[in-house]
Amino acid sequence: MSESMHITLNVWRQKNAQEEGRLEAHACDVSPDMSFLEVLDVLNDKLVSEGKEAIAFEHDCREGICGSCSLVLNGQAHGPHKNTTTCQLHMRSFKSGDNITVEPFRAAAFPVLKDLVVDRSAFDRIQQSGGYVSVNTGSAPAANAVLVPKDDADSAMDAAQCIGCGACVAACPNASAMLFVSAKIAHLGLLPQGQPERKKRALAMVSAMDREGFGNCSNHFECGAACPKGISVANIARLNRDWLGAVLTEREERKDQGD
Amino acid sequence: MATQEAATTTSPAQNVHPKLQSKSPSGPMAERWTKHKFDLKLINPANRRKFKVLVVGTGLAGSAASATLAEMGYKVTTLCIHDSPRRAHSIAAQGGINAAKNYPNDGDSIFRLFYDTVKGGDFRARESNVHRLAECSTQIIDQCVAQGVPFAREYGGLLANRSFGGAQVSRTFYARGQTGQQLLLGAYSALSRQVGLGRINLRPRREMLDLVVVDGVARGVIARNLATGEIEKYAADVVLMCTGGYGNVFYLSTNAKNCNVTATWRAHKRGAYFANPCFTQIHPTCIPVSGHYQSKLTLMSESLRNDGRVWVPSKMSDTRSPEQIPETERDYYLERKYPSFGNLVPRDIASRSAKEQTDAGKGVGSTKMAVFLDFRDAITRDGEDAIRARYGNLFQMYARITGENPYKTPMRIYPAVHYTMGGLWVDYNLESTIPGLFVLGEANFSDHGANRLGASALMQGLADGYFVIPATIAAHLAGRALPAVTEDHPEFRAVAQQVTDRTQRLLGIKGKRSADSIHRQLGNIVWNQIGMARTASGLQSAMRDIAALREEFWNNVNVPGSGADLNQQLENAGRVADFLEFAELTARDAYEREESCGGHFREEHQTPDGEAQRDDVKFQHAAAWEYNGEGKPETRNIEPLTFEVVKPAQRNYK
Repeated sequence: MSESMHITLNVWRQKNAQEEGRLEAHACDVSPDMSFLEVLDVLNDKLVSEGKEAIAFEHDCREGICGSCSLVLNGQAHGPHKNTTTCQLHMRSFKSGDNITVEPFRAAAFPVLKDLVVDRSAFDRIQQSGGYVSVNTGSAPAANAVLVPKDDADSAMDAAQCIGCGACVAACPNASAMLFVSAKIAHLGLLPQGQPERKKRALAMVSAMDREGFGNCSNHFECGAACPKGISVANIARLNRDWLGAVLTEREERKDQGD
Repeated sequence: MATQEAATTTSPAQNVHPKLQSKSPSGPMAERWTKHKFDLKLINPANRRKFKVLVVGTGLAGSAASATLAEMGYKVTTLCIHDSPRRAHSIAAQGGINAAKNYPNDGDSIFRLFYDTVKGGDFRARESNVHRLAECSTQIIDQCVAQGVPFAREYGGLLANRSFGGAQVSRTFYARGQTGQQLLLGAYSALSRQVGLGRINLRPRREMLDLVVVDGVARGVIARNLATGEIEKYAADVVLMCTGGYGNVFYLSTNAKNCNVTATWRAHKRGAYFANPCFTQIHPTCIPVSGHYQSKLTLMSESLRNDGRVWVPSKMSDTRSPEQIPETERDYYLERKYPSFGNLVPRDIASRSAKEQTDAGKGVGSTKMAVFLDFRDAITRDGEDAIRARYGNLFQMYARITGENPYKTPMRIYPAVHYTMGGLWVDYNLESTIPGLFVLGEANFSDHGANRLGASALMQGLADGYFVIPATIAAHLAGRALPAVTEDHPEFRAVAQQVTDRTQRLLGIKGKRSADSIHRQLGNIVWNQIGMARTASGLQSAMRDIAALREEFWNNVNVPGSGADLNQQLENAGRVADFLEFAELTARDAYEREESCGGHFREEHQTPDGEAQRDDVKFQHAAAWEYNGEGKPETRNIEPLTFEVVKPAQRNYK
């Protein structure tokens, strides 16, 4: 149906976390209707039939929701389009003759495991520190017992859409995880269910983030531009407010208790 | 429960296979679950910490079960095939989750949800299980709201509902088009909390490659560390498999690429019976295939059928653009054939009807393998903004993939494999035919019969994980003597060695083809012969073709790299090898079930107007397949199904 395009991929190859990596060039004929990951599939099939090792890259749902796919394409996390994950990026977004450099998400807190696969478990550890409402199964009140204004529910949903891919970290010059953390803080902080642990959550998640080696936010806002789900950088201001408020009142509360 | 029948008793029938006793409680349907919970043993909180629970999988069922059991005090270890539990494929469910809350006051009840689900499944599910599912549905919503799941709300702050296929009430709760994501993130947050508290030992990037059975009881699994290649042993007092469905046997499906049958298939080969593998669901509204390189298909939520109207041109091979086709030359075939349910007929019927139209030469688009889903009338009625608010992310996804604007031109859709109702056979306690092995969520066969209604998968995964297993697990833990078994037991060493040998065998073939290319070929066979319409001769040829392709695989696959590090080609090769065995059983199951029911449509068995024709005399049962060893045919055992409350009838959505 549509004519073939010729592109060159310069792909990051790295055997494991210890060894150094390098870029490897591959010429590919592709259809404009292919997704970027399908180009890697076809290239891998060719490599395997030639007895070579396939390029390792993470992917799963291929519809932009699982957050597995990553990749920095020509310096941009998830490639050139706003609000688009790499798996939803189609080759019609490129021109025949293009050179595309394909690299993993880079951050000290995201060590490379192999080729384009990085370890993002730091995000899980941040969640484990406080990214939840403490409610055991079975102890919940009736669902409509607590009213939630529609605007609050909608804003919470805007923040809750984060897919935990880590593009915000990869795009940030400081490799900060502030957008990721703030999305969870905003999601739960906007809902009545999240209020009892609001301060504790901000303190715990921010210290977990620091422990994992993510950098600080210095307002470049590259994170917001790279986010495939359009998570707003305004959430970062909310995180800062919650954290600052928590730090101040935490001291007072301790004083009240004679600490 | 005015509609409830009088008390009936279901003492286990003597002529039922001893391993296939359903253990369904007796008595009035609406009291069975309560009664059963009371009859089950309890384990006191101090004793729970002595029991090691191993959970495999972190989708809705696995995450919910892990979190809940850890909250109760059990020692939980959870294996996750991804780098993070949040990536499990439950995340991709779009439309919603059913619950019999009756908030819209439109006549819903637990009984109606039960009734709709039994009927929607074309009378091939176990009534007691389905009623329990409907009962748990309301608690699930309470739990999720308390976790902070941002469900859609009305302006007054109350929860909003919408309707879904197979129902005439609005009982579906949703979070835009990302309900699965929000429910999974809720369960993931509960799981993460327990990990943070040190009560769950979470092992990400682990793939279960075999089950370890000691003295007839499931006592653990062998898993591969996908980052390092290490083969690891996990011993436990009980094993919960929450490993999802097998839709990827079709290669192209809406399932994520890592979804596979390996965990359930290997458990099957260790003695767990596999029930109804031919019950697969083809979802009617997916984005059509565009090229041979296609790696997966994308679902467009069923919720779109609330506002979208399905049609094809009345004329064959009409090449006009949809805008140029006048109203009088459009066939809104679902509204025409099923006036009372219209565009909201169940999935199996909507899919088959689409195939009927394309078979008749009325397909649209460049491949002619699509029908229109048109929002023109809804946009005229409610305005573009209202439609954007309801389905914005779905429209955006469609535009991104196809390069077309669905606000201006109708979507092109076609059916694609989406869900599998079959799975490991389980009794009312969710225990398989291997004592100590419980199976939850899509991985089991229990609640959806031959066709699952929309917004019921999320409900089942969470019901199993949050509410069913925490009660029924005691039947095993408190009911059986469990001698201490550790990873040093000879059986663990033996099975680990078998897993290592198999890996070496795959690496040693050094043929010419990638596992993926063979998988694609398998998918073609399965889609063509075990897809939306099946025939005896087609199924016979499928069995032959699959066996030949399996030979090709074991002689000509190439798995580069080593087993001692991250090797995605090796992971995939192991999964394809299992699909190649499993596919043949699926074909055989479809061949032996000489009737049509739900998603299983045998062309030889249809009513004069083309609807599925069940044979309740011969096939009102679940077929549970028993593995007899390498190269030997499997035995087809049956669990008869009795319908005490919802009397089987031909489904009528007209």
